[in-house]
Amino acid sequence: MAKIPISFAVNGDPQEAYVQPWQTLLSVLRDELGLTGTKEGCGNGNCGACTVMLNNRAVVSCCVLAAEVEGQEVVTIEGVAQDGKLDPLQDTFVKQGASQCGFCTPGFILAARSFLNSNPKPTEQEIRVAMAGNLCRCTGYDKIIRAIQTVAAMEA
Amino acid sequence: MTTTSKPADTNYVGQRTDKVDGPERVTGTATYPADLYLQGMLHGKVLRSPHPHARIRGVDTSKAESLSGVKAVFTAADLPPLETAKGGGGLEHFGELHSGFMALRVKTIAHDKVLHEGHAIAAVAATTPEIAEQALELIEVDYELLIPVEYAPDSMKPGSPLLYETMYTTTLGEAPSSPSNVATHLEEVRGDVEQGFAEADLIHESYHETKMVHQGYLEPTATVASTRPDGKISIWVSTQHTFGVRKLVSDLFEIPLDKINVIPLEIGGGFGGKVNAMLESLAVGLSNKAKRPVKLVMDRADVFRATGPAAPAHITVKTGTRKDGTLTACYAEIVMDAGAFTGAPVAGSFVTSFGAYKVDNLKLDGYEVVTNKPGVQAYRAPGGTQMGYAVEAHMDEVAEKLGIDPVEFRVINAVEEGDLCTLFEVPYNRIGLKEVLKRVNEHDCWNTPLEPGPNRGRGFASGAWAGGVQTSSAIVTVNTDGSVIVTTGQVDLTGIRTTMQQIAAQEMQVPLDQVTVRVSDTDSTPYNDGSHGSRTTYNLGVAVHNACHDALDQLKQLASKQWQVSPDEIEYAHSTGNGHVGQRPPSFWVRNDKKKTMELKALATISTQSGGPVYGYGVSTGLQRAPQFAAHVVDVEVDPETGKVTILRYTSFQDVGKAINPTQVEGQIQGGALQGIGWALHEYYDYDKGILKNPMWLDYRMPTTLDTPMLDVELIEVPASDGPYGNRGVGEVPIIPPPAALANAIYRAAGVRLNELPMTPEAVFWAIQKKK
Repeated sequence: MAKIPISFAVNGDPQEAYVQPWQTLLSVLRDELGLTGTKEGCGNGNCGACTVMLNNRAVVSCCVLAAEVEGQEVVTIEGVAQDGKLDPLQDTFVKQGASQCGFCTPGFILAARSFLNSNPKPTEQEIRVAMAGNLCRCTGYDKIIRAIQTVAAMEA
Repeated sequence: MTTTSKPADTNYVGQRTDKVDGPERVTGTATYPADLYLQGMLHGKVLRSPHPHARIRGVDTSKAESLSGVKAVFTAADLPPLETAKGGGGLEHFGELHSGFMALRVKTIAHDKVLHEGHAIAAVAATTPEIAEQALELIEVDYELLIPVEYAPDSMKPGSPLLYETMYTTTLGEAPSSPSNVATHLEEVRGDVEQGFAEADLIHESYHETKMVHQGYLEPTATVASTRPDGKISIWVSTQHTFGVRKLVSDLFEIPLDKINVIPLEIGGGFGGKVNAMLESLAVGLSNKAKRPVKLVMDRADVFRATGPAAPAHITVKTGTRKDGTLTACYAEIVMDAGAFTGAPVAGSFVTSFGAYKVDNLKLDGYEVVTNKPGVQAYRAPGGTQMGYAVEAHMDEVAEKLGIDPVEFRVINAVEEGDLCTLFEVPYNRIGLKEVLKRVNEHDCWNTPLEPGPNRGRGFASGAWAGGVQTSSAIVTVNTDGSVIVTTGQVDLTGIRTTMQQIAAQEMQVPLDQVTVRVSDTDSTPYNDGSHGSRTTYNLGVAVHNACHDALDQLKQLASKQWQVSPDEIEYAHSTGNGHVGQRPPSFWVRNDKKKTMELKALATISTQSGGPVYGYGVSTGLQRAPQFAAHVVDVEVDPETGKVTILRYTSFQDVGKAINPTQVEGQIQGGALQGIGWALHEYYDYDKGILKNPMWLDYRMPTTLDTPMLDVELIEVPASDGPYGNRGVGEVPIIPPPAALANAIYRAAGVRLNELPMTPEAVFWAIQKKK
């Protein structure tokens, strides 16, 4: 099958790529664009490690075909910090010990950023529901939920 | 930052300092092996058996080899001949598990037999992953299917199909005359257990089963190997034990250790499952042939089928007690299902068993049995969770029968310093079980009533673990600006770059930000044992402490030469001493001679031209164990209509000796507790005739944010007998209590005792129905 040309924006920069019809957004980000901050934990949407923002909405990039993102805006973990300054979520994850092995962390940061953008004053249960698609095996989620609560309170 | 910054109080041990690798983790710049893309790199794929048990009559790779883009195909035939392979001979030392080299070789790639679904048959390296995938389909394997053995109690029976025709049970007793699937029989005896039962007022026996579960690390196993034209091999890994990877590759390919460099990248969770190396060897085999870098990344289904989960266990517990609650005899028999290769943690299960109980008469019987399932690896307190579940659920019943409060029952029988532990029957050094139990009794999670509601109950369980020792080493260099670099070959699994920064800054009396901790490759660093067994911070901390003091001693030597005095007269501090009050850079001076003072950076600068640069070396080996005790309290609500268990409140108590970094310690305990909760309530390998039906997280249910409340942690600090800080290992023991704590809570909520894990909604529902 012939490759398909796509052009889209990643972290504000224009990008062009030739992609296989079956190629995922995750694969294009990692294998074509070298943006390896987005992680593959399962390859079938079960774990959320590959979460990115597609037009400000959190999606699992292993379940998005690259060809679908033509003309759209993608934000990956590499685009979350602005001008070398960590996003409050990133900073708080470090300060409160919400990241241990770190493999799930990019996905959590993107999922949480997207969620807080749409719900700036969430309850604990709302945070838990929003984060239920992101697996973490190191932290027991406690410090992750608390970090998101801290940032919500900070930004409210 | 330079040494001109004002040194603060340098008592960093015990502080909640930021994780130094945190900024890398949260920005996606931390590099795991799958993130490595080297020039000319090939992509590898592994052909794995769809059958759980089969004889391999032949493997034809010729069509795959001739596919355009394929650069190498590797099979067992490419390894040095089996007949002459030595591999160091006999039992090889591999971290806390002692696995025979032959078992590791056959585990890496199938030889004449397939022993489990997912067993590697061949590996292919090609210019793209797609071509490699295509090539796998062109490999022809001629299988003669054999009957699989799935369930350990069946596998033990005479007449069961055999995995190995030459396996005779290793036992202290009479050697068996015929082969079987029972690999080993271990025993531990103290006093006279029959006599102890005769003295008892109450004898209670129970049976418990656990299923196969996975460590569930988020990062699928991945590696890159590159063989240079001169034969030197580099391997980029996500492993808990770089020196173990090097040793296995050396043994497997019969290459000297100096020709193999193992480079640790970030590790996306291990929990014991990334101690042994299988994938690395396949990548090396491919790169040896292709002479190009080869990347191998497992997909999640293969991680489930072919990495090494935790052993299922079949456990009988029998105890004798007097009316006053004192134990007169303890007996346990554990049958551990090793999967297809030996290495099940029977000894680990002994450590936990009655490790928290003082008893004069004890007997433990442990059997390691092979089945046609993936060979097990360690999983956080290996063997401890299974045994802890059985014993702690059992003890809850005993306490109930005696009419004694479950915590009080533990207090009555609690081990103290000097009592025997169940690991090699040696006396405990200083331990904190009684302090842990005291704190439980004082805490409102235990001594106040549950929040009112239907079908609610509270459960309690304790846990014992010995913690590992072995060897760690570290090097400390001091730069000419006074900044310090700590280099170690000890893999950072749990945040050692942060805790070692704290320790080094404290010992060198320099600001935290003037210490960099570097985890380096096996070429550049002296040997370290693996990062497992709750040993890393405890052991490496001693090595870093010693390396710092070696560096300071060298500097004192140099200072003494400068001032023509004995090194004993040299003092060192960052701010005070000999009239040097207030904040000032770390300095050396001659005792009783205020004028002879030199800052650390000035002396370090001189060292490069006089006497040579400072190079402190420290090791820890032969430390005493620092045993760990935990107790968990959980409140649950059970829905009798669905069997679903909801956790309302969860509190972990643990003697950590000294929390070097309380944030990190809490994180270990919370993570361990939730893994135990997952093991208790959700997770299991669902097998059908040796075929895994749920090799994905949708069907293998790891806990999500919705399955747990906040996890409260109470740290108890009873200093360990050894080491400069009193800290104990903390990572493993928190996974032990959750299953029994939950089983005991479910009993109080719904009146049913479940003696099999996991306690899924279905299992709980049917248990309630049966009771009706």
